[in-house]
Amino acid sequence: MTRPETSAAFSRRALLKAGGALVVCIGTPLAFDPVRAADDATAVGARPPLTPDQLSSYLAVNADGTVSAYFGKMDMGQGLSVAIRQMVAEELDVPFKSVKIFIGDTATSVNQGGASGSTGVQEGGRQMRMAAAEARRVLVEMAADKLGLPANALTVTDGVVHGAADAGKKIGYAELIGGRYFNVYLAWNGKYGNPLYAPGKAQPKDPKDYTIVGQPIPRDDIAPKVFAQADFVTDVKVPGMVHGRMIRPRIAGAVPIAVDESSIKDIPSARVVWDQGFLGVVAAKEWDAIKAAKALKVTWSNAAPPFPDQATLYDHIRQAPARKRAVDGKQAGNVDDAFKSAARIIEAEYEWPFQSHARMGPGCALVDIKDGHVTCWTGTQKAHFVQTGLANILQVPQDTVHVIWTTGPGSYGRSDADDCAADAAVLAKAVGKPVRLQYMRDQGTAWDPKAPASIHRVRAALDAAGNVVAYDFLSKGFSRIDVDTNGSQPKDTLAGQTMGVALKSGDGFGVPGDSYGFANKRTAWETIAPLLDRASPLRSAHMRDPVGPQIHFASESFIDELAAALKVDPVEFRLRYVKEPRDIAVIKAAAEKAGWQSRPSPRNDQTGDKVSGRGIAYAQRGPTRVAVVAEVDVDRSTGKIWARKFSVAHDCGQIINPDGLHHAIENNVVQATSRTLWEEVKFDDKTVTSVDWRTYPILDMTEAPDEVDIVLIDHPEIAPSGAGEAASRPVPAAIANAVFDATGVRIRRAPLSPANVKSALS
Amino acid sequence: MSQQFSLNVNGKDHTVEADPDTPLFYVLRDDLGFNNPHFGCGLGQCGACTVHIDGKPAHSCNRPISKVADKKIVTLAGLGTPEHPHPLQTAYVQEEVPQCAYCINGWIMIAAAFLRDNKKPTDEQIRTALTHIKCRCGTHMAILRAVKRAAQMMG
Repeated sequence: MTRPETSAAFSRRALLKAGGALVVCIGTPLAFDPVRAADDATAVGARPPLTPDQLSSYLAVNADGTVSAYFGKMDMGQGLSVAIRQMVAEELDVPFKSVKIFIGDTATSVNQGGASGSTGVQEGGRQMRMAAAEARRVLVEMAADKLGLPANALTVTDGVVHGAADAGKKIGYAELIGGRYFNVYLAWNGKYGNPLYAPGKAQPKDPKDYTIVGQPIPRDDIAPKVFAQADFVTDVKVPGMVHGRMIRPRIAGAVPIAVDESSIKDIPSARVVWDQGFLGVVAAKEWDAIKAAKALKVTWSNAAPPFPDQATLYDHIRQAPARKRAVDGKQAGNVDDAFKSAARIIEAEYEWPFQSHARMGPGCALVDIKDGHVTCWTGTQKAHFVQTGLANILQVPQDTVHVIWTTGPGSYGRSDADDCAADAAVLAKAVGKPVRLQYMRDQGTAWDPKAPASIHRVRAALDAAGNVVAYDFLSKGFSRIDVDTNGSQPKDTLAGQTMGVALKSGDGFGVPGDSYGFANKRTAWETIAPLLDRASPLRSAHMRDPVGPQIHFASESFIDELAAALKVDPVEFRLRYVKEPRDIAVIKAAAEKAGWQSRPSPRNDQTGDKVSGRGIAYAQRGPTRVAVVAEVDVDRSTGKIWARKFSVAHDCGQIINPDGLHHAIENNVVQATSRTLWEEVKFDDKTVTSVDWRTYPILDMTEAPDEVDIVLIDHPEIAPSGAGEAASRPVPAAIANAVFDATGVRIRRAPLSPANVKSALS
Repeated sequence: MSQQFSLNVNGKDHTVEADPDTPLFYVLRDDLGFNNPHFGCGLGQCGACTVHIDGKPAHSCNRPISKVADKKIVTLAGLGTPEHPHPLQTAYVQEEVPQCAYCINGWIMIAAAFLRDNKKPTDEQIRTALTHIKCRCGTHMAILRAVKRAAQMMG
């Protein structure tokens, strides 16, 4: 397989070969040449530098008038590419179908941060919108010069600039610039990644004029996948490629001290790659690589088992010294003084386990090192950071590394994808051949970076009238950036860590996102050191809505505990304290959708083993707000919970595509239900023992909800914000609150698995 | 030691050289170029590698080639085409089911056999038929809608 050329490159060449005129137009108001001419031989080379301050880094008009958008974030299956095309088409006034998008290829896009923090539309889309608006402005200026009309007398319909009063005076985008590049500088803020922003002089459209943004345009990447015509990263092949497999120790922290290569001598073409703690095999055939990895005789160092008894995990967290403490978020008043004068204090502690991305398939990457150039196909969320990571681990200049994002087996954060790319690069360099590496299932579950385990202590001070006068929230747990959000530094990959790179575990956690206006309020977090400082299967990192589900499991369960202690309806109680109008609106909308009847929890009117209940939770995630009502059935005899129905109200500002948004919310709710009810990484003193779907169960189809009712609250006047993760956030507490309503028992330890629930009920 | 095996995939006969213990999955993907089955677990737990063997859904990841020689194998690509889609493929596109789409072989191939043998199934029957198949992205609701839609088309 070779890298497919972009259609833009093809059409540029086609135009030039056809002898298209390359006269450059200079609109008089412009202080620079808006078009860079290119000749046949240098059609691609003549592109202005791929830097964030160039309009050509984001957009090109092709010879046939279609538009190519070059996007430095990635679509992990939530329809982001459709949303971005809608935003670009809208601002350029071209039909949606004429916009093609090229995603996450370091050769064609700048580093916009990759898939990160639900910023695909919020940050990435904002930039593409501004670039498209600027492109339209430049094209209208060029047309004004050609048509002899002032720019303000022109308008654009379907990529044709024409007189607003005289539609006969017209010129198309293709004729103006098709096949050539914009040569327009943008006002770049000097930042890479999520905060990259480079507007031009143009203002984007008024939302009241939208015809494409806001429409439920379906994804067109689904049919090729359903008809098995699309390549996943696992499907990419190059000539001469061999297959790799990695070998991990049975006691985490052990390193190979002897490797018996004769143990695999009967396996055709199998070779060992061993460098300190890094140990892998390659073979021409994939099945041979798998067999070799199993058969290889390795003597491991005598490492002491690094982990505590899992039953003592939360005690370990309680007792471990805080490596860093941060008071974070909006604070108010003097919490300590307020508690001293409290009439009543309510407090509780909540526990959340390590969780695994457990992607549908374990990590996979292909690295080809040839003639001083490195090419990597990866399912990473952050292709540009992997480019830096491979340059670092291979010690080659970054501009010799080309990373091509290719859709992978799901992605929910800092998974094993970046580790896999780095491991594949080390193998490829060692054997001098292209290496396709896929981890095995046990490695995908046991050895991926984990969502951190944590405890959360919450207390509230009430006055004699039952008003909350002070609120104190503290999370303590493993860091969400023990390894960082991307693999750009070898210290953050297994390859780097096994080969002895100096470590630096980062400190990060978070605080609740809400607008409860308690007069005295403190929110803080503490991080503790990892259980094993390097190459740990329990290294912690970002997983979908990093630390959001665990924090809001605690914070929104606790709000419910306060309401119950005061015998107040949980919706009514929230509305007493929530301050921001959009927050109030989502809470009311979810309750209304659910047909919420006002009464305190628990119900206390059910007998027998089968009981049911309802619960609400809400959260902010950045500028997005979500409220969720869960209705559950609980079987007291088995401890089994069925989260039967969810009613969700979601406000992420301006809605770009309600269809994509609906799916994103629905899938968030179901995955978060899985995390709430089932997911817990198991380990013994030696290593992680969750190695497959039996030892790391997730939600089964028989346990899927009956209904997920969604209310989308659209604010065309408010900048669009993230929806990729927000709906995950309130789900755990909504379920736990519903279980309390049903049973009268507060469950403060996740997951709410049959075993944990049965134990709590007995 | 490698042996020669013949098998029929999506209506076409193939002959391959492989070790008898090689799972069908690797023969399909690496020797015959059928990328449709995906590697999920290699343990027969998730469904991502599912194909039909003589009409029955089966995991290809843990089934040695020696056990499937001379059998008729159908992959997702053989189930239907854009021109002649299987109703489930049509329904999957209409309902925009997948998020990452890596899991779809299991759901579609198992549901296709189920709907062939069960006309007008109840919701509970559909759920039970699809138990143990994994979707990590949480597209369960859309899967159920698509299977019900396909059932109507086939009913």
